[in-house]
Amino acid sequence: MAAAGQQWVLVEMVQAFYEAPTYHLILEGILILWIIRLLFSKTYKLQERSDLTLKEKEELIEEWQPEPLVPPVPKDHPALNYNIVSGPPTHIITVNGKECINFASFNFLGLLDNEKVKSAAQASLKKYGVGTCGPRGFYGTFDVHLELEERLAKFMRTEEAIIYSYGFATIASAIPAYSKRGDIVFVDEAACFAIQKGLQASRSNIKLFKHNDMADLERLLKEQETEDQKNPRKARVTRRFIVVEGLYMNTGDICPLPELIKLKYKYKVRIFLEESLSFGVLGEHGRGITEHFGINIDDIDLISANMENSLASIGGFCCGRSFIIDHQRLSGQGYCFSASLPPLLAAAAIEALNIMEDNPDIFQTLRAKCEHIHKALQGISGLKVVGESFSPALHLQLEESCGSRENDVKLLKRVVDYCMNSGIALTQARYLEKEEKCLPPPSIRVVITVEQTEKELDKAASLLKEAAQSILN
Amino acid sequence: INHIVHNGGLYKRPFNEAFEETPMLVAVLTYVGYGVLTLFGYLRDFMRQWKIEKCQNATEREEQKDFVPLYQDFENFYNRNLYMRIRDSWNRPICSVPGAKVDMMERVSHDYNWTFTYTGRVIKDIINMGSYNYLGFAQNAGPCQEAAAKVLSQYGAGVCSTRQEMGNLDKHEELEKLVARFLGVESAMAYGMGFATNSMNIPALVGKGCLILSDELNHASLVLGARLSGATIRIFKHNNMQSLEKLLKDAIVHGQPRTRRPWKKILILVEGIYSMEGSIVRLPEVIALKKKYKSYLYLDEAHSIGALGPSGRGVVEYFGLNPEDVDVMMGTFTKSFGAAGGYIGGKKELIDYLRTYSHSAVYATSMSPPVVEQIITSVKCIMGEDGTTIGRARVQQLAENTRYFRRRLKEMGFIIYGNEDSPVVPLMLYMPAKIGAFGREMLKRNIGVVVVGFPATPIIESRARFCLSAAHTKEMLDTALKEINEVGDLLQLKYSRRRLVPLLDRPFDETTYEETED
Repeated sequence: MAAAGQQWVLVEMVQAFYEAPTYHLILEGILILWIIRLLFSKTYKLQERSDLTLKEKEELIEEWQPEPLVPPVPKDHPALNYNIVSGPPTHIITVNGKECINFASFNFLGLLDNEKVKSAAQASLKKYGVGTCGPRGFYGTFDVHLELEERLAKFMRTEEAIIYSYGFATIASAIPAYSKRGDIVFVDEAACFAIQKGLQASRSNIKLFKHNDMADLERLLKEQETEDQKNPRKARVTRRFIVVEGLYMNTGDICPLPELIKLKYKYKVRIFLEESLSFGVLGEHGRGITEHFGINIDDIDLISANMENSLASIGGFCCGRSFIIDHQRLSGQGYCFSASLPPLLAAAAIEALNIMEDNPDIFQTLRAKCEHIHKALQGISGLKVVGESFSPALHLQLEESCGSRENDVKLLKRVVDYCMNSGIALTQARYLEKEEKCLPPPSIRVVITVEQTEKELDKAASLLKEAAQSILN
Repeated sequence: INHIVHNGGLYKRPFNEAFEETPMLVAVLTYVGYGVLTLFGYLRDFMRQWKIEKCQNATEREEQKDFVPLYQDFENFYNRNLYMRIRDSWNRPICSVPGAKVDMMERVSHDYNWTFTYTGRVIKDIINMGSYNYLGFAQNAGPCQEAAAKVLSQYGAGVCSTRQEMGNLDKHEELEKLVARFLGVESAMAYGMGFATNSMNIPALVGKGCLILSDELNHASLVLGARLSGATIRIFKHNNMQSLEKLLKDAIVHGQPRTRRPWKKILILVEGIYSMEGSIVRLPEVIALKKKYKSYLYLDEAHSIGALGPSGRGVVEYFGLNPEDVDVMMGTFTKSFGAAGGYIGGKKELIDYLRTYSHSAVYATSMSPPVVEQIITSVKCIMGEDGTTIGRARVQQLAENTRYFRRRLKEMGFIIYGNEDSPVVPLMLYMPAKIGAFGREMLKRNIGVVVVGFPATPIIESRARFCLSAAHTKEMLDTALKEINEVGDLLQLKYSRRRLVPLLDRPFDETTYEETED
């Protein structure tokens, strides 16, 4: 049967061969010859592989000179010579051998040398030693960590909290855990460097909006909405986030959270709030900017803060609903791949939280002191105060720049040195000039803590006035 | 089997590293196992979607149900269906110092690992083979702890400022000088977190227009640092010097990918001991290559500092090389020093540059003083400057423990990866079910082990990883070995066919190795 079928096909083929026009046969013949030629010719090599001989390659290797690993740093670079603090950086600080009143450490609630905090840390040291010798997944989870997470979640009134062992790594690991390539993040221009690094690691599309300008943000959101309508399938899988800080480190003012919540529900964007400076400062009980504005905490998707300011410990935490926080336990890089927080620092943080809960009036005291110095620093000729009146971390910027950033920095250094020589420890705000997206102008950082008395605040203000008078005029 | 290496003259000591090939049957069964789990996963997802089974996941808020979903269902498939089943092997909470023996809080789950409850009981004296406690400095008594307690009462726990502002304490300067002396380099700088040391300093050293050659199995922090720097990244096969040389030659000859301009600089990223493989970097060959092709070497000694070398000074001393040949020596204080943080050591120009331009110096809080004191005391102990020989004794004890443990495990017939001298001992499990089973069986016998699976390892190469410590006595090791033997028989883990064919050692091109069989 099959043979008969094959024979039938062969007869058809031969018949077709006779009946085909000549040009058709010639064309097919040429094509067959071409295929045979291609089959037997050598594979096509990229030009450069065949061009360079071994000797030429060796010459190239000989000739190549790399740049030095690091460029030399001039000896008088302002950031090279650190202030050396001998002894604890508490209210009275010994900087470079001189005793000064500390207006430069973020010790807002004065918990750095609190005896109760230190004794809690001592007890933990006696029980656990110093290090944890492992990441959270591999026998690095201690009962103190679990307790701290529970206490933070209870304090902030959220479902769950997660702690990191380094403040910078907290927000820099949290953002890439949720926002991936292709997602869109709207971030304020004045966001701190840790947020910028988190955004860079996430590889998402970043859209900057002008600082605290809700109209600009709304414009960007509307633009995004029109983009979405062009491509609804892509829009359905693109996640959107807004990243703002509660109290901005670079400008000292707060974000307009109620308007942000309205925008959130209108354009369906999630909000990540960075509360490093506002945790333990704003709000009636120190719960941060959500308490300050009286907003339901579940409206904010993720709150991230570091424990290095008000809590006077080391590390950071994120809190929010379990739906969101639990994801970081497997995909937060700084959580999974890094050793956990030393237990003595966690115990110190728990005790600091206890003190915060037991004495809610320190927040009022702090706010009163901030208002006091804010008023006292007004009217200094040559320096303007940047920051809200209740912000404990202010900036003093030059009213008129003298042309270049370098000269501004030198001028401000003279003011700082004058103040340090007279007993007030201040510092300039430090930035990485080439790496920041929107570099803030040079400024002096003034930090107010609960331990400073009215007399000391007045002394600082008058000293700054003197310095500005003599140096800037 | 002794490998006589191609560049034999560079090695002053035998380099015995072996990665036995996965037996074919085991590989097939492992894939079958994952296949079955995936099928069941789909079945359970189906049942959950049709509400036949209760969904235990946390869910989105009602008010935000119409937002774009935060997690794609598929991303979490592995998490929901495979990881959840054996979740109790990880994140085990302990409540004592993480020394050679540890106390663990007992936890039970009544709903198949979705939630845990603590019974309140404490399981005491579990032999700890999981913590990175190589020299046994995780102690809650002794000179280190006393010094740390004194500094804690004097300085407090936190610092509340960055290094460049008001956070540079005299303790930090003391630590950095000591670390530089310990390593044998000109100068050093210390940071608060080991992970952050890599991810914040590599971007300061290289940028666009530079080339990074990174090992296949580098740690997440090195990968993140390389990505954040913006340089071009090329990967060479794990510990394979031929692959590295080929990449170096190609890079210099052909230049940058499209513009053909020469590279500004080339940085090679390697680790001292790779924590998942237990292999040690071929440092003599890497340094020879680096010198020949004028590139720079970044050595991450997270696991090898304190653990290798006759006096604990790391992989450079282990091979008898000059620390000045390594351009950037990075390490962490978490593993061998019982503290937390990282350091970078090198020439003075490098450290001055990092003091000015490192992200961590400008934006991150400096190290906590009691932690710094712990490091200072432990480094002095290792160097012998505290007047005792405890440090030296511990380093020797660790080396002995390593050799003994590895030899006994190999004799029992398990497949053990890595170098003979590395205190990180990976024992191959391969099949997904054995991951959970091994962890649980060992815990029943009062031994705490670490098991790792996908995604930290390739999917069929799940393993149990033992971290040896100088604090382990021979009795503890013998107890552990006895139990491992029992569990190995119970779970049929003795895969080794005693033909130690080097798998990852195979050269990139046709250079042959001489092998002598015992």
